[in-house]
Amino acid sequence: MKTTEDIFNILKIKFADAVIELKAGVPTEDYILINPFELDKVCTFLKNSDDYKFDNMMNLSGVDNANGKKTTSEDGTHKTEGGTLSVFYHLESISLKHKITLAVTVSIEKPEVTSVSEVWRSADWHEREAFDMFGIIFLNHPDLRRILMPYDWEAGYPLRKDYESPEFYQGMKVPY
Amino acid sequence: MPLKTEEMVLNMGPQHPSTHGVLRLELQLEGEIIKAVKPHIGYLHRCFEKHTEVMTYPQVIPYVDRMDYLASMYNEFGYAIAVEKLLGIEVPERVDFIRVIMGELQRIASHLVAIGTYGADLGAFTPFLFAFRDREKILSLFEMTCGGRLLYNYIWVGGVSHDLHPDFVRLTREFISYFRPNIKEMNELLSFNKIFVERTANVGILPLDTAINFGISGPNLRASGIKWDLRRDDPYSVYNRFDFEIPIGDGRMGTVGDCWDRYFIRILEMEESLKIIEQALDQLPEGDVTSAIPKRIKPPVGQVYTRVENPRGELGYFIISNGSLNPFRVKVRAPSFVNLGIMDELCRGHMIADVIAILGSIDIVLGEIDR
Repeated sequence: MKTTEDIFNILKIKFADAVIELKAGVPTEDYILINPFELDKVCTFLKNSDDYKFDNMMNLSGVDNANGKKTTSEDGTHKTEGGTLSVFYHLESISLKHKITLAVTVSIEKPEVTSVSEVWRSADWHEREAFDMFGIIFLNHPDLRRILMPYDWEAGYPLRKDYESPEFYQGMKVPY
Repeated sequence: MPLKTEEMVLNMGPQHPSTHGVLRLELQLEGEIIKAVKPHIGYLHRCFEKHTEVMTYPQVIPYVDRMDYLASMYNEFGYAIAVEKLLGIEVPERVDFIRVIMGELQRIASHLVAIGTYGADLGAFTPFLFAFRDREKILSLFEMTCGGRLLYNYIWVGGVSHDLHPDFVRLTREFISYFRPNIKEMNELLSFNKIFVERTANVGILPLDTAINFGISGPNLRASGIKWDLRRDDPYSVYNRFDFEIPIGDGRMGTVGDCWDRYFIRILEMEESLKIIEQALDQLPEGDVTSAIPKRIKPPVGQVYTRVENPRGELGYFIISNGSLNPFRVKVRAPSFVNLGIMDELCRGHMIADVIAILGSIDIVLGEIDR
């Protein structure tokens, strides 16, 4: 049984720059911020190391942080520039009964994270969902397609905060 | 001259009686042998998570009812616990007990549908009618409590909407004594029926390490032979006060983790749920059930991931609050969504008819998968 802080200290020694910081003091939940391009290495270590054995990925969740700069042009249309997306990974060890939350933050222009679907197969569909809803690209994912929305949905990523639903989809009126 | 063979693609669904909803399975076949299964989901997608961002916290509750529509009580239960943790409030003891009673009744109702429809999928129609007859009694208990039969809006943040009906305890006890012999009857009708066993034993074997790696939870995980139940291993509410067993798959009819094990776990769990309900009714404290309901729910900035043992597995709510009246983000970790991901792994090398047996044994609800 290890706390998030213990795990952070060990990861920091082992992976140095790949582990960015410990976000403690967030009410009810601490998490560790990881470099998106080295996430798979950290996760492989956490899963295979005998001290941690994080064998179960409980949840993977994309989040739009909605921290971009919002501008309104003369014709009244809104435009958002910049901003970040995050992905939260909730891990647990069934045998050792401890839990940890990892997170990565990526820019909305280039939302790329290494996939962990090789580490936990359950990540496969979760990552597809995060791609579908937020447009986060998971590098090395075996089959990154939309999962809940139609495959030919072209209006963007619904759970982004600046998403606007289209007028028509396949000739059908969308707003009801 | 060798005969040329080629693989065939067959669509099972979206409208197929044994896909339990609108699910399309794209089967790659070589003759009658499954080479690969690609599930296509999203036919019921309503973007629940987007809806929540424009609603206040209590307004979300009727929506969570509509995810797993066979276990609505449990969806509310999980959501209420998550928001309470975010708010940092405690609920009165009576509320906890009522929630546990409702949750376990819901588990029985949900397992009855799983068992009944599983029998119907495999050609045994009578158990289906028997299961629905008994489930009807549970729905009547729910109706008496909150007016709804399937969608309740009963468990609120900080409490429940109504106190129990004065007759509830008596009628629930009557239900328990009525229902217990019916489990035995179900075993005689279906569980040990030779045809049923032939169709399910040694089919779709799920080894434990694969199950964990795929994130399988609930009865499907326990059927692979591990005592892992969030009610005991990550206790929430008042579950640590009750004495109950956690049944696991033992390969009685074939191999550990086959379809029959996954089916039979649900039968055993109904018995355990009855035990929990009995104990909860005995200990049910008095008190006001609405006193802790906050007038205005405005959690502080923060995030929380909580999970409960839904009839189908680990139901998780990841809620981020930015300090306003609406949730900033609600992500639901739906057990069926994760469990369905195992289809390809389980079906490879089996016959087409076994796909039905395997899909039924996983017990999915499409409303929750598509959200």
